[in-house]
Amino acid sequence: MNLSLLILIPLVAAIIVLLSRNAQQVKWISLLASVAQLGLSLFLLSAFMGERANGNVSQMLFEQRYSWFAPLNIEYYIGVDGISISMILLTAFVVLAGVLVSWNVEKMTKEFYFLLLLLSLGAYGFFISLDLFTLFFFLEIAVIPKYLLIGIWGSGNKEYSANKLALMLMGGSALVLVGLFAIYFMSGIHSFDMVKLSQVHIAIEVQKIFFPMLFVGFGVFTAIFPFHTWVPDGHSSAPTAGSMFLAGISMKLGGYGCMRVATYLMPEAAKEYAPIIVILAAIAILYGAFATMMQKDLKYINAYSSVSHCGFVLLGIGMLTKTSIEGAVMQMVSHGLMTALFFAVIGMIYERTHTRKVEELGGLLKIMPFVCSVLFIVGLCSLGLPGFSGFVAEMTVFMGSWQNPEMFYRVATIAACMSIVVTAVYILRAVGKTAMGPITNQHFLELKDAAWNERLAAIILVLGIVAIGIAPFWLSDLVSPGAELIMSRIPTVIIN
Amino acid sequence: MFDKLTLSLIPLLPLLSFLMLGLFGRKVFKNFSGIIGTGALLVSAGLSLSTAYNYFFVSGKVDGVYQKITALKISWLEFSPGVSIDIGILLDPISVMMLVVVTFVSLMVHIYSLGYMKGEERFSTYYAFLGLFTFSMLGLVMSSNIFQIYIFWELVGVSSFLLIGYYFDKPSAVAAAKKAFIVTRFADLGFLIGILVLSFNAHTLDFETLIQRLTDPNSEYMRSAIAPAFLGFSSLTWGLMLVFIGGAGKSAMFPLHIWLPDAMEGPTPVSALIHAATMVVAGVFLVGRLFPVFAISCPGALELVAYTGALSALFAAIIACTQTDIKRVLAYSTMSQIGYMMFALGVSGYGNEDGLGYMASMFHLFTHAMFKALLFLGAGAVIHFVHSNEMNDMGGLRKHMPITHITFLIACLAIAGVPPLAGFFSKEEILLAAFHHNKLIYGIALITSGITAFYMFRLYFNIFWSKEFHSHGEHHGEGGIVMMLPLILLSLGAAFAGFIPFSQLVTSDGKPFETVLHLSFSVAPVLLGLAGIFIALRLYKTQNDIANKISSSLSGFYSSAYHKFYIDEVYLFITHKVIFNLLGKPAAWFDKTIVDGFINRLGSSSEKISEETKTLQSGQVQQYAAYFLAGAIGLGIIFIYVLTLK
Repeated sequence: MNLSLLILIPLVAAIIVLLSRNAQQVKWISLLASVAQLGLSLFLLSAFMGERANGNVSQMLFEQRYSWFAPLNIEYYIGVDGISISMILLTAFVVLAGVLVSWNVEKMTKEFYFLLLLLSLGAYGFFISLDLFTLFFFLEIAVIPKYLLIGIWGSGNKEYSANKLALMLMGGSALVLVGLFAIYFMSGIHSFDMVKLSQVHIAIEVQKIFFPMLFVGFGVFTAIFPFHTWVPDGHSSAPTAGSMFLAGISMKLGGYGCMRVATYLMPEAAKEYAPIIVILAAIAILYGAFATMMQKDLKYINAYSSVSHCGFVLLGIGMLTKTSIEGAVMQMVSHGLMTALFFAVIGMIYERTHTRKVEELGGLLKIMPFVCSVLFIVGLCSLGLPGFSGFVAEMTVFMGSWQNPEMFYRVATIAACMSIVVTAVYILRAVGKTAMGPITNQHFLELKDAAWNERLAAIILVLGIVAIGIAPFWLSDLVSPGAELIMSRIPTVIIN
Repeated sequence: MFDKLTLSLIPLLPLLSFLMLGLFGRKVFKNFSGIIGTGALLVSAGLSLSTAYNYFFVSGKVDGVYQKITALKISWLEFSPGVSIDIGILLDPISVMMLVVVTFVSLMVHIYSLGYMKGEERFSTYYAFLGLFTFSMLGLVMSSNIFQIYIFWELVGVSSFLLIGYYFDKPSAVAAAKKAFIVTRFADLGFLIGILVLSFNAHTLDFETLIQRLTDPNSEYMRSAIAPAFLGFSSLTWGLMLVFIGGAGKSAMFPLHIWLPDAMEGPTPVSALIHAATMVVAGVFLVGRLFPVFAISCPGALELVAYTGALSALFAAIIACTQTDIKRVLAYSTMSQIGYMMFALGVSGYGNEDGLGYMASMFHLFTHAMFKALLFLGAGAVIHFVHSNEMNDMGGLRKHMPITHITFLIACLAIAGVPPLAGFFSKEEILLAAFHHNKLIYGIALITSGITAFYMFRLYFNIFWSKEFHSHGEHHGEGGIVMMLPLILLSLGAAFAGFIPFSQLVTSDGKPFETVLHLSFSVAPVLLGLAGIFIALRLYKTQNDIANKISSSLSGFYSSAYHKFYIDEVYLFITHKVIFNLLGKPAAWFDKTIVDGFINRLGSSSEKISEETKTLQSGQVQQYAAYFLAGAIGLGIIFIYVLTLK
């Protein structure tokens, strides 16, 4: 299996899109490319499982390595393990759905799809990179298109949102870059090779200074409190596919980085700072949930609830048990699919009713049964109903967190558990008002239910959510060795 | 022995019905949806009955003890070695009994709804949801793993939500559905944390292993579990109390009962199935499932169960006397009867005759399912006939609805504990168990049984006697055979279920024992019940204003009971004033003003700094030269300073 295909396909498709003449061509090429990517990711999954079943226990599989910039030891070095494969699958699902729901974008179609493909290219590259510099390179590729997507195709206060998002994410990237250079110079081996770096010990003093930079830098992407404010504004201004990519994929870059780079390479510092991470995560979970309760706009509701849900990712990482890290990965996948679906449905509702204000909506279930059924499904997934992915992921985080017997971690876990009630409150308020109750506007009666492309997009994402919700064992088996690997580096006692 | 496939089909058939009707019902099956759903359930009920026969009379008993049989176990999600969610099927006396109760009542409701819901626009959706509920409830009772029970626990919650909100264009139905879900979710939080605590102590989620590890006083697991952990209670006590909170929420125990009366917004057959016979007893079932741990290792937590149950029984019975919506009367009555089941567990010991309360609780669960489902379905027929839920719009219906009248009367007599109907036997056992264990609870139970007889016959006389019924325009009759058949079948259950020798079948440790009912003991409760009936007869059989006089002389107490003791208002205050205003709004404000304000300030201040610094780029050469000079001198001074230091 040639992993480079994962970045080659979007690259080639993006170039063809730039060269093509009309919008129809652009759409079909993008669709073709994203279907191919999904097929490839599924093939990758089966190939990976096959290798593992055959007893291949090496840390990373399907590695490739080419020297890129020899003087600094920068390499194009890629490879995957279970955690990256789950992220790649997530990306493939969300990209395909995003391409489908954008079918009716008329403004500068070519550029729009070009940017979508570029963004996906960045995400795929990020998840397969094993060289820190290459990883950073792809991270940046994934940031720029977001600025343009919001700035050009957005709505509302879009310039402000685009600036805010780009600046905050750039700030995060800057911190990450400093952290990466610190690893490069202070590890003593002058290398960006993650696998090699995981075998050396970085001095604790160095870790203590640079771990927070890396963690917060990546944390900005995954809405770590208090650097989460780009999320609500960014999402609400972004076009539908933009929000889907932003919340579904881009926030996962951060979580993956926190786990794979910061925690994995600086384990002692991770242990040292774990209580702070846990506090920030618990704040994000509860505070995000309470803030969501007061929102009036559907997109803001989902954006704030994303802050709350991504808190589980950080909580899982901060709790530092194998199960909780596994849960964090599952939560990333689950939240990615779920939130992309949520934004897709909100987009469908907005396109028809031209409002996202909850109080102006009502009784849509009668008018658009398909859209509203999907809204119910995604709402129930968000509030952690068994049968959908959210439940499995959250429960894994809770079970993992509870394995920490200290009172401090117990309290944080209970606080996080409380969010299941608050989430139920805001989801039922939003979904109940939008779909149920009397019809608030007579014009709604003329609206049509979902079109083919929207149905397809929704069904793809629902399938993903249900596949994890009903049969979670495949995902947990997939990510479990990766989680174990990260945990193997965490010291049981802090050596000061 | 037990065939995995057959057993799996019992819950899977309703699931299949849900999937088929949910996906294709509206377009493909339309009016056949009801037949499909009912057919699936008929098979499922048949399989349950044969399983029950097989278990109780053929292969369940080994050496005189009913075994716990894990008939199926699929590893679903492993958290850490030994701690995993396995989806399985556990057969023991209570799960087999529940299989019969759930499938039988559900089948009755499916048949009844063919008539009751006929012509509804979302007919197939309704049957789909019934299928989903039945599947979830069956999954719940068969659970072999504490996390599995939590999974299905949530699923019955959402089915209940969907069915209460079935008339979704009615704002009151939507509000009731949300309330039911959120209140029970709040209780589930306790359940969830309870699971975390128990599983941490027992290092397993599997019921059998968990019970075994937490009841053996010599096991290493017990040592950490019973050590004082927090606020003086051991972690075992905490775990059990938290799990009980979950059960109390689902079973509408005080003070988590507020969702149940509102849940009556759902279609009446749904109330019969979910909010009377099956889902609301899940809490009792849960305590019953973990009963050995409660009884052997932690009697303290059992006290909590007992007092919560007794309080709820009395409290709800008093409110039931004042309500005028017939479904709400039945709802409070349900709460009161579940209170009986709860405190019966609470006063029970473990093993043999000590386990009388346990047996009685399960017995009452069984008989209550029969007569309460019957009462709800009868009420549904009445509501169907008069198009109102209000007692005042009814009266004199016995001539118009003879079958409903007779069956309803049987159910009323059964719940009032008149011998030899079903309720008499199960209630008698409960009172006996309470009498031996706790006189206070016995007293409460005795008073409540009198009140129960009173409010049930208040309901009965108001519906079927009292004034003459003046029909306004067209009235269809009682409803066809599909609505009457379930009433008749259930009334047979309500009349004769008491003769089932429960102590031979369902006991706390699986060993059958003999129960003896002393005639002298039964005198008091039966007399009290008859007294209740007599008072109701005097007050309500014919129209008179004695009842009004009494209620106005009790004005303060009456009106607070009528207003359900203002519990709803307390909740409203907490949720709106406290949670929204003190937590939600500040969080949103803090986010907008402080956190985001800080980020924005960062942006604007960096703009200001660049605004300031850009004046340096003036383009005047003299100025540049001056800066250059100043800089060179400055650097020079620093260099000299540094060099002289060395």
